[in-house]
Amino acid sequence: MFKYLKQLTSLVAMVAVLFTFTTETMAAKKSKTLKNTQKKGFVRCGVSQGLPGFSNADAAGNWTGVDVDVCRAVAAAVLGDANKVKFTPLSAKERFTALTSNEIDILSRNTTWTLSRDADIGLTFVGVNFYDGQGFMVRKNSGISSVNDFKAGVSACTNLGTTTELNMRDFFNSKGIQYEPVTFEKADEVVAAYDAGRCDTYTTDKSGLAAQRIKLSNPDDHMVLPETISKEPLGPVVRQGDSVWEDIVRWSLNTMIEAEEYGVTSANADSMKTSDNPAVKRLVGAEGELGAALGLDNEWSLRIIKQVGNYGESYKRNIADTGILPDRGPNELWTKGGILYVPPAR
Amino acid sequence: MNIKKILPQILTLLVVILVFGFFSYNAQINMENRGITFGYGFLSQESSFDVQFSLIEYDGSHSYFRAYLVGLLNTILVSVIGIIFATIIGVVVGIARLSNNYLINRTASIYVEFFRNIPLLLQIFFWYFAALRALPLPQDTEPMFGVFFLTIKGFFVPAFVWNNLDIFIYSIIAAIISIIFVRIYARKKQENEGIQTPVLSISIGLLLILPILSFLFGGVDASVEIPVIKQLSQSGFTFEGGIKLPPELISLALALSLYTATFIAECVRAGVQGVSKGQKEAAASIGLTPNQVLKLVVMPQALRIIIPPTTNQYLNLTKNSSLAAAIAYPDLVLVFAGTALMQTGRAIEIVSITMLTYLSLSISISIFMNWYNKKIAIKEK
Repeated sequence: MFKYLKQLTSLVAMVAVLFTFTTETMAAKKSKTLKNTQKKGFVRCGVSQGLPGFSNADAAGNWTGVDVDVCRAVAAAVLGDANKVKFTPLSAKERFTALTSNEIDILSRNTTWTLSRDADIGLTFVGVNFYDGQGFMVRKNSGISSVNDFKAGVSACTNLGTTTELNMRDFFNSKGIQYEPVTFEKADEVVAAYDAGRCDTYTTDKSGLAAQRIKLSNPDDHMVLPETISKEPLGPVVRQGDSVWEDIVRWSLNTMIEAEEYGVTSANADSMKTSDNPAVKRLVGAEGELGAALGLDNEWSLRIIKQVGNYGESYKRNIADTGILPDRGPNELWTKGGILYVPPAR
Repeated sequence: MNIKKILPQILTLLVVILVFGFFSYNAQINMENRGITFGYGFLSQESSFDVQFSLIEYDGSHSYFRAYLVGLLNTILVSVIGIIFATIIGVVVGIARLSNNYLINRTASIYVEFFRNIPLLLQIFFWYFAALRALPLPQDTEPMFGVFFLTIKGFFVPAFVWNNLDIFIYSIIAAIISIIFVRIYARKKQENEGIQTPVLSISIGLLLILPILSFLFGGVDASVEIPVIKQLSQSGFTFEGGIKLPPELISLALALSLYTATFIAECVRAGVQGVSKGQKEAAASIGLTPNQVLKLVVMPQALRIIIPPTTNQYLNLTKNSSLAAAIAYPDLVLVFAGTALMQTGRAIEIVSITMLTYLSLSISISIFMNWYNKKIAIKEK
């Protein structure tokens, strides 16, 4: 019941905006978020209400996933311990207000980077930790093998308040197909309604489809169509106006990706201190003073790699080994045919 | 002027203005710091999202304001349906609880105790997923009377295609006006001569005859468009043509009416029991039939007790309809405070509009019910 009262979260957030009296100024040289985080002793991280592979809690309340690992990396860098994270599960609708009204400091919740979100509503996207795209799931016995097989009158189940709704309209309009959108507040209801036969297709990000398919009563009776109808670069978001904090989150993510590129893993990170490659040495804090620029010590990146692992380790642990998307596709390093390419840490 | 009387009022006003001003100023500062702009200009922008069920023509090329209207009308629709059915069920069950028949009496009590003690959201989920489990796929459905199709994708009913619909509507308006005149005439006749006129039969007759005449002589013509099954894929079907009532609307209306009816039933029971026994006995002693006792003596007095608490139930039902978002019925909260809010990110603007809208809806219902309550109150002469 209370989960649904969260429909009124916007109201709560509005009240929060009304009541918080902040002395924060844009020109402040020190990062207020960093200071507060160090004072509190934990990183406040907004995640999904349960999306296997990205952010999902087990029965004991331990969060895992590639989105979760971004927050853990920041905790390792800032506080020295990847476990010092407080996770707040948020619906698609609540997520931005939770961030702008200071309830959380990082939003790492499979959120698509778009111009209007970045520019309009007080948010800043710091990077991309998963390149996704919207797809469709159908029943195998429908004989539909491509999005071109959809006919007018098709009903499509999806989640409320996401870019999915807009992409779906663009797609069906471009094909000239009249369709029936059935939008639910929570993913569990979407799955249940699609499973019962209310909809002919279930559309959301392909990673989401792969993860949710496991929840269906007969996963093998369903398949994801090959086409991708949109670009969905998913990444962590921070509040606009704290550029130091923004840099910390951005470079925590970049460190994980760069570590994979140079073959630094959680297992060999310590031994890499004596590497011949200066780029590797910088990455493990054996050379240069990169941490100081972020207001951190020099071993911040080493801690990330040791405690959380590099991006490849995180992907394997959360997405590949769980059978969600064994094939990394575009989320492979640029050196291996993917599009993961981050600016150098130097 | 007495300064002692005015001073507290001025102070109260000042406090209100200060508190309100502090909040708006604070919100403004905070929004500025976070780079959030404020304004209602977005309402005229293209919404670019679609809605599954709408009473007015709408698609993503219309404005956010139009999307707001779609949500508002859907909220009103489910509330009106809910209020009508809740009232009917409530009155029947309320009277059944007063019945001397043990079985009827107990059944009504069990219904009331069961449905009013389970949280409404659970009931909505229950009816929705129960409906989805129980209803057949479009290709397996058996037509009712050959033209109604109840399926998991919705209840498909025939639609009327009208010629000269305006003349038909005029004929109904004419019938209603003549009924009002008949009633005035009947009342005068009873006051002057003491003779009762069968107003109800005449009214029904008028309502039937005038529209039939419009068909025969007015050139009104209606054909029926029956839904036809359509294949979407090897295993997927749907219906085309006619009118589609989505399962979300049906289960939401069902849950709302069954839940609210329990409270209305209790109001009705309280109202009827609140009329003193002496009134009934006195009415019977002057030779009124049991029907007349109920209609002329008991009900007019009971209604005065029933209306005010029932108004509360109508307000509750309207507000509870906002739980629709849980089961994908596109009401005001789902369409406007949901999708539109997400796409624009304008939380303060949209939530304030939504709150004002529910406030206006509730106040309208209150005003109407207060008017009705005054109308049926005992007029002291």
